[in-house]
Amino acid sequence: MDNLEALTSSALQAITQAENAAELDGLRVQYLGKKGSLTEQLKTLGKLPADARPAAGAAINQSKQQVQAAINQRKETIDSAATSELLQREAVDVTLPGRAQQAGALHPVTRTIERIEDIFSAAGFDTVEGPEIEDEYHNFEALNIPDHHPARAMHDTFYFDANTLLRTHTSTVQIRTMEAGEAPFRIICPGRVYRCDSDLTHTPMFHQVEGLLIDENVSFADLKGIIEDFLKVFFEADLSVRFRPSYFPFTEPSAEVDVQCVNCGGEGCRVCSHTGWIEILGCGMVHPKVLELSGIDSERYSGYAFGMGVDRLAMLRYQIKDLRLLFENDLRFLQQFS
Amino acid sequence: MKFSENWLREWVSPKISTEELVEQLTMAGLEVDATESAANQFNGVVVGEVISVGKHPDADKLNICQVSNGKETFQVVCGAPNVAVGQKVPFALVGAKLAEDFKIKQAKLRGAESNGMLCSAEELGLAEKSDGILELPSDAKVGQDIRDYLKLDDTVIDVDLTPNRGDCLSIRGIAREVGVLNKSAVNAPQVDDVPNSIDDVFPVELLSPEDCPRYLGRVIRHVDVSAVSPVWLQEKLRRSGIRSIDPAVDVTNYVMLELGQPLHAFDLDVLDKGIQVRKAKQSEKLVLLDGREVDLNKETLVIADHEKALAIAGVMGGEHSGVNKNTQHLFLESAFFNPLSIAGKARTYGMHTDASHRFERGVDYGLPKLAIERATQLLLEIVGGEAGPVIVTDADLPASKEVKLRASKVLSLLGLDIPAAEIVDILTRLGLEVLESDSESWLFKVPSWRFDISIEVDLLEELARIYGYNNLPISVAATGGHLKSATESKISLKQLRRRLVSQGYQEVISYSFVEPELENKLSQQGVQAITLSNPISSEMSVMRRNLWSGLLQTLKYNQNRQQDRVRIFESGLVFSKTDDGIQQDAMLGGLIWGNQVPEQWAESARSNDFYDIKGDVESLLGMTNDFSAFSFEAGEHPALQVGQTACITRDQKAIGWLGALNPQLQKALDIPGKVYLFELAIKDLIEASQTKVSTLSKYPSVRRDLALVVDTNLNYADLESVIREHAGEFLEKIVLFDVYQGENIQAGKQSLALGLTFQNPSRTLNDDEINGIINKCIKALEAQFNAELR
Repeated sequence: MDNLEALTSSALQAITQAENAAELDGLRVQYLGKKGSLTEQLKTLGKLPADARPAAGAAINQSKQQVQAAINQRKETIDSAATSELLQREAVDVTLPGRAQQAGALHPVTRTIERIEDIFSAAGFDTVEGPEIEDEYHNFEALNIPDHHPARAMHDTFYFDANTLLRTHTSTVQIRTMEAGEAPFRIICPGRVYRCDSDLTHTPMFHQVEGLLIDENVSFADLKGIIEDFLKVFFEADLSVRFRPSYFPFTEPSAEVDVQCVNCGGEGCRVCSHTGWIEILGCGMVHPKVLELSGIDSERYSGYAFGMGVDRLAMLRYQIKDLRLLFENDLRFLQQFS
Repeated sequence: MKFSENWLREWVSPKISTEELVEQLTMAGLEVDATESAANQFNGVVVGEVISVGKHPDADKLNICQVSNGKETFQVVCGAPNVAVGQKVPFALVGAKLAEDFKIKQAKLRGAESNGMLCSAEELGLAEKSDGILELPSDAKVGQDIRDYLKLDDTVIDVDLTPNRGDCLSIRGIAREVGVLNKSAVNAPQVDDVPNSIDDVFPVELLSPEDCPRYLGRVIRHVDVSAVSPVWLQEKLRRSGIRSIDPAVDVTNYVMLELGQPLHAFDLDVLDKGIQVRKAKQSEKLVLLDGREVDLNKETLVIADHEKALAIAGVMGGEHSGVNKNTQHLFLESAFFNPLSIAGKARTYGMHTDASHRFERGVDYGLPKLAIERATQLLLEIVGGEAGPVIVTDADLPASKEVKLRASKVLSLLGLDIPAAEIVDILTRLGLEVLESDSESWLFKVPSWRFDISIEVDLLEELARIYGYNNLPISVAATGGHLKSATESKISLKQLRRRLVSQGYQEVISYSFVEPELENKLSQQGVQAITLSNPISSEMSVMRRNLWSGLLQTLKYNQNRQQDRVRIFESGLVFSKTDDGIQQDAMLGGLIWGNQVPEQWAESARSNDFYDIKGDVESLLGMTNDFSAFSFEAGEHPALQVGQTACITRDQKAIGWLGALNPQLQKALDIPGKVYLFELAIKDLIEASQTKVSTLSKYPSVRRDLALVVDTNLNYADLESVIREHAGEFLEKIVLFDVYQGENIQAGKQSLALGLTFQNPSRTLNDDEINGIINKCIKALEAQFNAELR
């Protein structure tokens, strides 16, 4: 049995000195493997008297367990040292910037149009687009603006020839939609429009969103409702809204809508020319002549239309002070929307 | 329409403040654009009388005057050339304040004491510029505060009228509205018919009766046009933004502002035989009051005598027949012209006048008589003379309009439920008359001044306007009954934009009209451009045929602002002319320039190349779930560099271009470094097939790598398609993982390394099968491309 004790203590000694997993595994084989020196000890049992065998067997097993436990413990120690060495080796500076493309962004006008589309989409409005080079009929006649109507002077129109022009409003799309389909209609028409005007507050190209709803029993009260809702949702504020009588040849009654100044809250500031109100859109009940010209029975159907300047909405929403920024495409400006 | 609040209040004066009045007009659809004080804020200025005028001993241009304020006489040194004894003038006493930093103090001018100042109109803020002191009428009460005398505590209100409200282009019209809104009585000034003191008449013929159904004329003899319009009249004109010219013109302008009827005064002596209202002869010449000679067209209505055209009817008079300083006898015109006959005529000749502005919107045909009497009355007061009788020549006047209003429509179109009596009250206050009525509807007669009311909805608007738009009910928006369609068989532009944004592209919006020279160089031959006939400038005169000139201009703009890396895109229509008419196609275009990634520590800088932008484009094409339908073919485009140009096709149809900017253009644009561009036709891009997932195999896949040496001028796509042809149905994926030229590879050759992955859905593939397939592929590649295994 001296042999067993010596074996055990030399094993334990060797284990504490093992420096890595491989060395440790070698020791395991050396002592505990099938032909390991401790395992071999079991074979000596047969030579012992029968009554001494159980005690001797138990001693050998105890030694084996002791060695196995030491191996396990040593393995843990070695593993955790390896892990911590790995962690130390692989540590990074988490404050270094990530490896990324610089994100782009939508143009604020597009962003505004998409926002308007989303808001009206939830109320069942489809988005429809149309041509930008238009004929006189769709831009004027069909909208109850006959030749020489004083309202034509308000549209400084770009012409290609006497009958071909750049659309001055997206109202043309409602006409094309009504001509092509059957009531009811529920659409919004965003897009570029053009007027021959260029100064601090006008660009020769700008953007409008036109809305049209035609159905049975549509009233001015419905128009008031949707416009008020829209403005509150768009500006995310419970703003006062007022309707003023106005004039558009294609609607009757017609209204201009003012919203409480989003900049000063109605106190009066530069943005609202110290009136507390901002003129935000034009609207009205679709003129019966416009319905009839597009083949809709104006006794059965009624409806409303509204039109708003997207560029102005974008300017108000994002506090853009100079209209010209919108089409200069200065990346320092545009990247603020990413 | 600009007018004095005091003047309006002579007609109607509800007990409301200026602010309330302004608010009320705006909310009734007569939008007030601006208000301003009628004069500067000054005080201490009274009506003074010049008692004596004497030369200053030490200054040629100065006079020493004695001026009375009614109680005392003061010595005042005055430099105005027009000062004269007996004059009544604005006299600023010592202590008067003409402006915030302009106080009148006792002073010595070249040694002479001066106690106050005689004022010009300019100094009081009554004129932009004046030559001398303001002469007041001789009956001005000496000592009266000038503010009271000229009623200067007044506000000028500027109303921006919509084209339908021509009836409000006068004090009378505005007063009518204010009266309705406040339920106040309107007190028009008394205008009595002026009896004729002579019997002279001048004949009038209406040769185009539809255009001019009513013409009133009157001869006034022996007028003194050297008289000066009274200050009160000049002041009212001034506050309406009209300069005083001479009494004849001033009176016609005054009556136009007051009543809304434009009038014209002719010099009777130069008129030949009689007035004829007729259409102009083609190319008939006329020199207008402003000295311009115009070539008339035969659509234009003119006032003529028997010899020639005298005036463009309702627009502007002629120089020859106008009143001048030698005029002794007048012929006064007050007519009704059909709005449609006047509409657009002024614009044809590049003009816009106060008269045309009113006549094209419609002037009450009931007005000419009142207006001519009013004008006669004022003229006789100011220029004297003897009036002949008013001669009325009438043709077919418009019939009065009758419009039916149904109570049911008030409810259904306005959502308004009010008593019938209130409906009738509002509309009759506006001057409409009930002709007939029953329990459900009314028939209204429209007053002759309301050209804008002709159908039922016009009455609804009037009702809503007076009731107040903001008092009308409001209903909560109802959503549509059906759910909207939500297709996956098309990708939306919205999705495409998002994809580009996430790939680092910045969206831009550039003008659809561009500079022609660059546009032309960037466009394909055979595609015709469309040019604006009235562009803002030559740099914005042609419609773009592709999106690249806007993108390149944006690149230049940002390069000039020190950007060193640009990735941008735009979507929008491009325009061209074809045999079928005008083409307008929605395109999506992009540009990259500079390094592939932003400057950073983790990646080394590398310039963009063709395959960077191609990868971005492929990502867009992949969104269709139909990537294999697309191919890239070497092509030629004037904007792009030969050898780095791909035409993108889908099912053999060209849908766009991709490539490096043509180096010559790059040089001409002075862009350092290569620019890569793409453009895709949105309509052909967005057709998508809906994803249908295939079963995943449970069995392992097998990969084989091939390294092939082939000619450098070989098209990879051809090679890949041969492999696909021979690799059988179990080929899952081909990846090209290396392209190499150089050491160990013969010149003119390249090495391509491909990984082929095979997988069978229902069993494990064995080596023999794979080897067989690979050998087949290699044989085919050898045969077709002379490829060698490396």
